[in-house]
This record gives sequence, C-alpha cells and structure tokens, in this order.
Amino acid sequence: MSRSSNGHTAKNIDVVVIGAGHAGLSFSHCLAESAIEHVVLERGEIANSWRHERWDSLTLLTPNWQSTVPGFEYSGDDPDGFMTVRQVIDFIDEYATVSAAPVRTNTEVTSVRCDDDDYRVSTDDAVWCCRSVVIASGACNIPLIPAVGDDVPAGIQSITPHQYRSPDQLDAGGVMVVGASATGLQLAEEIHRSGRPVTIAVGEHVRMPRIYRGRDILWWLDRVGISDERYDEVDDIVRARSLPSPQLVGTRDKLTLDLNSMTANGVKLFGRLMGFNAGTAQFSGSLRNVCALADLKMDRMLDTIDEWVDDNADASSFSPPRRFEATRVDESPALTLNLGKEGIRTILWATGFRPDYSWLEVPVLDRKGFIKHDGGVAESPGMYVIGLPVLRRRKSSFIHGVEDDARDLHQHLTNFLNH
Amino acid sequence: MSDETSTVDNGVNVKALLEAKEALTDAPEAALFKWRASCEWLNGTHSKSSVESYYGLGEEHKHRSEFGIETDHPLVFAAEDNAATPVEIVLVGLAGCLTAGIAAVAQNRDIQLKSVKATLEAPMNIQGILGCDPDVRNGFEGITVNYEVDADCSQKDIEALVAQSQKRSAVFDVVANPTNITVNVKKA
Repeated sequence: MSRSSNGHTAKNIDVVVIGAGHAGLSFSHCLAESAIEHVVLERGEIANSWRHERWDSLTLLTPNWQSTVPGFEYSGDDPDGFMTVRQVIDFIDEYATVSAAPVRTNTEVTSVRCDDDDYRVSTDDAVWCCRSVVIASGACNIPLIPAVGDDVPAGIQSITPHQYRSPDQLDAGGVMVVGASATGLQLAEEIHRSGRPVTIAVGEHVRMPRIYRGRDILWWLDRVGISDERYDEVDDIVRARSLPSPQLVGTRDKLTLDLNSMTANGVKLFGRLMGFNAGTAQFSGSLRNVCALADLKMDRMLDTIDEWVDDNADASSFSPPRRFEATRVDESPALTLNLGKEGIRTILWATGFRPDYSWLEVPVLDRKGFIKHDGGVAESPGMYVIGLPVLRRRKSSFIHGVEDDARDLHQHLTNFLNH
Repeated sequence: MSDETSTVDNGVNVKALLEAKEALTDAPEAALFKWRASCEWLNGTHSKSSVESYYGLGEEHKHRSEFGIETDHPLVFAAEDNAATPVEIVLVGLAGCLTAGIAAVAQNRDIQLKSVKATLEAPMNIQGILGCDPDVRNGFEGITVNYEVDADCSQKDIEALVAQSQKRSAVFDVVANPTNITVNVKKA
C-alpha cells in the first residue's frame, strides 16, 4: 500500500464500480461470478437516484416480468403490473443483498485519474488504485434545459423533473410542459388532472400503444428483435441515443399515453418551443410534421410486428392487427402563446437529462461532456460505462437491457485484466 | 427635407401604394394574396423552381413572364454547383424584400436614394443537417445584413429607413417568426 497525495492510504483492487443502481449492481454480480475482486462505490444509498430524484407517482414503464437483472428477477404475484418507485428501491435493495454486493454507501467519488497503467479513484475517505473502472453512475444526473430556458419571462417558475414531486408544489394556474417524452406526458397528465391547465410544447417524440394484439408493446419489441438491435447496427446511433423516451406509462388499466389521450382531456398542443419574445412563447411550425413522423414510425413498428406474426406464429393466438388514429393536430396550430394572458405560471422542462462526469479527470469526454466509448468500452483502456441509453442494444435504456450489456462488457474486462 | 415641389424619384409609385393601402383597408378579402412556386427535381441536388401565377385583389394574376430559379448544392457538398444553394436563395429573398422596402419608405419620406447596397451573411453549423448532433439546429444560427446606403439625408434618417423597412418586410417576418408548414404528399 502506498500513501496518496491527500494522505489517505491507497488500497489496491482489481475493479472499482461507481454507482450502486441496477447497472452497477448487475456488473458487480458478473464480477463476483468470476471472482474478480472489486468494490462498488455509492455516493448515497443503494438506488440513490430512485430515492431522491423521482416524482411521487412514478411507476416503471416496463412490466414487472421485465424486471430482470443478472441472477435476480421479479418474483411477485403481479408479473403484468408496474413497480412504483418504492418497489423499485426495494427490488434493487434486495438485489444488492442477495448478491452480497461489496457496496460502500455514502462514499462519494471525488475524482478518477489515470496513473500509468492504473486508475486512482478518490473518495471522501480513501483512494482506490485499480486496473479497471466501471462507470455506472447513471444517465440522468442533470436535467437538461435548452438555451431558450435562459429567456423565461420574469414571474414564471421553471421546474425540472428532478425538483418535481407532485402538482401540489406548483402555483395554481397554467403549466407549460416542454417535451413530449414519457416524463413530459406523464407529468402533463397528472398536472392537468390537478386542475392546472396544461399546454405541451411538442418536438420530436416516440409514440407507442401500451398494448398491441393483446400483448404489452415491450413484449413485442423483445419478440420481434427490436430490443436486441445492436448499437453498431442502428441506422443513426447519435439520434437513437438522444431520442426522447417512448410515450408509455405503467398503469393498472394498461392505459395508452399519447397526444390524442392528452388533447381528449383538454391539454393543448404547441410546436417545439423556440423562444420567448416580450412575455410571449414562440413555437416552431413543425408540430404537424413531428406528429406525422411519430405516427409513421409507430405504424412501421406495428407492420414489423404483424409481419413477424405472419412468419413465425399462429395469428389466431393474438388479437387482430389494427392501426391507431393519427395524432389529432389543429389545422393551423398556434405559433405564439402569451404566458401572462393565458395564466401560465410554471414551465416544466421535460427536455432530457445528461450524466454528470465532473469528477472524471481521465480525458475520455467528447466536447459535449459525454464519455467516448464503443458499446460501453471507453477510449481509455480498462474503463467501461454501463447503464446509458442504447449503450450496446436498443434495450440498454431499460432495466432488463443491462444484463446482456453487463455480460458483454464483463467478458471484455476479464480479457483486459488477463492480458 | 420634404417640400411641395419634391423631385425625389426612387422609381417607386408611392401614390399607388398609398391608394392601395386605403382601398384594401376596407376590402380585407382583396388583401388576401397567395404566393406560389413550383419545383421540379432535375438530378442530384439540382432542381428548377418557377413562379408564374399568384392570387390577389380577388383574382388570379400572372407575372409578365414565368421566372425560373434553379437551386443546387456546392462542390464541397459533393454536388455539382449548377446554381445557388437554397439557403442562399433565402438570403436573396430577404435582401430583395428589405431593399424594396427601403426604396418605398424613402420615396414616401421624400428621400432621394443614390445607392443601396447590402451584403448578407448567415452562419450555419452543418452538423445539424448532417445529423451529427441533435442539439444543433438545421437552419441559420442567425443572419447579419449590412446595408450601405447613400442618400440625401442624415445617418439617423437612413437608420430609420432601414428600420421601417424591416418592420414592414414580409420575408423578414417569415424568417424571424414561426410559420406553420403543411407538406402534403401523394404518389404520382
């Protein structure tokens, strides 16, 4: 052991995993299976972001039967249900316990440096010297607000999904939700139901029915091979990784969440938010186009499912094919909205998230602050990242998508250590 | 500078414009115009557009002749550069509109123009259209118009001319403010 610059004794270990969420614990499980010595460093508690950065009513948008991680899976009596945040925390907690993961909680990583062939991972109370680092610190650390957010008129409150817990914390009055992702639509629905009239600024989005031909849409995506489509086979990986989450919600009634269900309840749609001018919000004239694109892409996905059934299954075991009503958009959508006149008091930015790598001092970040990696293998030898959207497969974005990624990267890491 | 025996002539028939303003204020239907263009793909990124008819004052009109405008992409886009790039045509439209406005406003204000020259520049990050970076917009990051105007009036008057021209410019409005676009498609 050696003394490090900050006076802490440096501990040697093969691998340091940063983050004890489902991704970090999955990787830890794979390392334990092959008896690779490692530690999992967690800034807070296990499943920390689920405990502190989620709204009250959130449920997973994947059904319980899809909650599988290496060596562990949902075992309750409601496989078609959807976990609440509390249940997700319990699930991840239990996973950490049954896999006896070597987690150090309340241990914040303050820096990761490269030192000859080793990495030095500093925390508030120790320095770890290791050959390999697995970054599983999450994809959604920092809510993104586009540049137009700098020009929000005075008197309008801005709020991010990390700050939002329930409608009660919002002013009475109208709310503009920016973004038509799962987050945007779920929060728009809940806020509108609370009596605060909601408008949504709609840019590019991903539309999916909850149930198709009697099965959950995510069951179909697994079945027809879309979930397993690899990152190096996807047409446009930059786009795939930056797409908003699909418009899905996990409810007991298996409700479909889409813009039509929103407008049927009185929510108003506008185009992509482009700017503010003297208290007036301005929107792009592309609303009809982004809706038409989402409808076309959904239909293409449903065509793929129907073709799969025709080629591979007995069609009579599923309900018949159908197509859904095109997204209803006004003939000539309004392009401006006077926030004061319309009584809008709050803007909720459902405009995505980014990871926080402010502690990462190894030069592996691109100019936008994302880790440069090839399917999770970072540009710096021995460094891996896991738990990001479309990391290695389309399903990487979901809990059940991490297992295959973890096993692939674990294999790569094992080869690296033995090299 | 205005006097009874003005000989200012910028070639703009202001009297007709003012009469039109008066007439159309009470005839909103006649004020509804429809501008049209048609476009046909030639090859590669090369297309030929033409304008001929338009609607206004309650009836169909035709230009004195059909005007053709070709567009293409430059050699650095691996195209043939047979004509101006469409985004350059947008700059041309803005320049033409603002300059026409300056002439009309100057005529109305009895200002004799000697020369009006504009240069326009619009930075664009083509990472947007190439799809390299979803945070980069496809279009211009901004447009800068530099006017050099020689006229029988003060610098302040010239500034006011150019400002008023922007206020009344159709193309300035089209470019600066959101516009709904409806694209219909049918298989030929």
